[in-house]
Amino acid sequence: MAEKTYLQAISDGLRQEMRRDKRVFVIGEDVGVYGGAFKVTLGFQEEFGPWRVIDAPLSETAIVGGCTGAAIMGLRPVAEMQFSDFISCGWDQLVTVAAKQRWRAGTPVPMTVRLPSGGGFSGGPFHSQNPESSFAHIPGLKIVCPATPEDAKGLLVTAIEDPNPVLYFEHKHLYRRIKAEVPDDRYTTPFGQARIHREGDDVSVITWGAMVWTAAEAAQQLEDDGISVEIVDLRTLVPWDKKAVLESVSKTSKVLVLHEDTHTGGFGGEIAATIAEEVFEDLDAPVKRLTAPDTPVPFSPPLEKAFIPQVDDVASALRELAEY
Amino acid sequence: MAIAREAEPVGSLQEVKEAGLDREDLLGVYRNMLITRGIEERGHILYKQGKIPGSFYTGRGNEAAAVGVATAMDDQDVGTPLHRDMGVHISRGVEPWRIFAQYMGRADGPTHGRDGNVHMADSRLGLLAMVSHLPAMLPVAVGCALAFRIREEKRVAVGWFGEGASARGDCHEAMNLAGVRKLPVVFVCDNNQWAYSTPTYLEYATEHVADRAEAYGFEGVVVDGTDVLAVYRESRRAIEKARGGDGPTLIECLTLRMEGHAVHDDAFYVPKDMFERWASSDPIERFRTWLREHAELGDAEEDEITSGVKKLLNEALTRAEESPLPDPSSLAEGVFATPEDLDTPHHK
Repeated sequence: MAEKTYLQAISDGLRQEMRRDKRVFVIGEDVGVYGGAFKVTLGFQEEFGPWRVIDAPLSETAIVGGCTGAAIMGLRPVAEMQFSDFISCGWDQLVTVAAKQRWRAGTPVPMTVRLPSGGGFSGGPFHSQNPESSFAHIPGLKIVCPATPEDAKGLLVTAIEDPNPVLYFEHKHLYRRIKAEVPDDRYTTPFGQARIHREGDDVSVITWGAMVWTAAEAAQQLEDDGISVEIVDLRTLVPWDKKAVLESVSKTSKVLVLHEDTHTGGFGGEIAATIAEEVFEDLDAPVKRLTAPDTPVPFSPPLEKAFIPQVDDVASALRELAEY
Repeated sequence: MAIAREAEPVGSLQEVKEAGLDREDLLGVYRNMLITRGIEERGHILYKQGKIPGSFYTGRGNEAAAVGVATAMDDQDVGTPLHRDMGVHISRGVEPWRIFAQYMGRADGPTHGRDGNVHMADSRLGLLAMVSHLPAMLPVAVGCALAFRIREEKRVAVGWFGEGASARGDCHEAMNLAGVRKLPVVFVCDNNQWAYSTPTYLEYATEHVADRAEAYGFEGVVVDGTDVLAVYRESRRAIEKARGGDGPTLIECLTLRMEGHAVHDDAFYVPKDMFERWASSDPIERFRTWLREHAELGDAEEDEITSGVKKLLNEALTRAEESPLPDPSSLAEGVFATPEDLDTPHHK
């Protein structure tokens, strides 16, 4: 056990899997000599060689499609999108080919795509997005969004082991900001099991990724006012832990669904609808959603601050719910 | 000005033998071409009888290209054939009754009614099922080749595409990655001159699609796609070159799509004299004549092959019609793979 950043935990998990299983290889832009834009694969090429840590041309379609072919041939590819935004260039390979292959042709596609996502540092419209909800809508893809270093490692190992295409959204704003104890040994963190980040009685927050930490700060503020907030970290969106969400909502009877992605069609809508369908009678207030607005992600700091839900935004939403 | 090499037609039996086919193999090739056309002709009738839901696509005119390439592949090689490449499925050993079952959306088709027409493949025979988005399977074929390269296996992937799909970015990315990494992949362009109603000059501005190969750092070759033995010879060369570590080849098989894009399309936009010209170069008739002239195919032997194919297809159709329709309650099964799905030799 040692203290690791979120980024180190991803890197360690990947390195361990590559040492353990020769079928695992990494492909992406600048992942080799440079070690990846965020240095997740720093030193990997020296250890594993150029055919297991492959510097690809600027070709997201060929990277994702190539991983699909290699996975069907029995390897365990881990693709890196330099930024999750660039997955739009590989959309067709992921959605049209990989996601449907098991269901229609009986061929499993065990591959992982790593997607550095999220904003908070003026990345602008093309380096800050959280496209997880778009992919959660596609049958056949699994969606992972770790919030802690321990989960970052455990969920990555599970993703590589999984016999399906898994989209692993690693939030860039957590890379070096969040540190915690991470077990040294190999372990897996199961998909579809939410984590209670903080226990509480008055209001529930359902969220994932970096918003877990925004919610935690807001909850701390509210504690001083005697409002007890429970935070449910979903960890994975496909599959998502309905049971844990509904149990928390039934316990507190008030719920805020929070995400950094934009509003309309965001995965929060699915959660809100499910709560309304299944535990409507346990609610003491309408389900509340707090998300980014329906705009592209802005560049300039005051605009970006207005776009991404801030601690104060979460705190006032929770106060409104508590007072309802 | 053409850059790609233009392949010579095939001449003597001796030349064919040197390329690796004996007389028995040649008759097998002929038989596979007959089965290919027979399946599609019967499929067309089934469609008109209302027994095939959706639409129906054939590869009439492409039998030599498909069978020629597939014959040049080894058992351990893999491929991603498309909707004009029924001959690949047949040559790799897919049973005709399963194809009829696929056409009719029955439970025993390779996709169990989940996908239609030629959107199918038997992975045990080294084939990967195509999708409608063309040429989306080219990057996948390159990925198969990448796996072979990583594991240092002497295997080759064959990726098919059409001249229409050559206009899409997938084609460029796949060929570029394959060229940069010198991967063991052979790209086969079924150039049937019509992408639905769009002629070649609106799809690409070079003389040949294969001219592009040079730009990706490998060889391009144009071959008459109605000459099954020339297709075989060029494919064999390219596949063995890839197997030997000398990188990809782009083979362009020039044919004419002898029917519409699908059966609903009467291809009014194809000039009549174009059809007439290419009809005189029908791949099956051409090979039959060659076999009679160079390999002593006589009437009795020919009748035996023809009636054998007829019998095979009759039985296949009966068996397919006996196959049940899929059970609607099975719809949601298998959206996600389970660990047991990986319990196959190549996932060990």
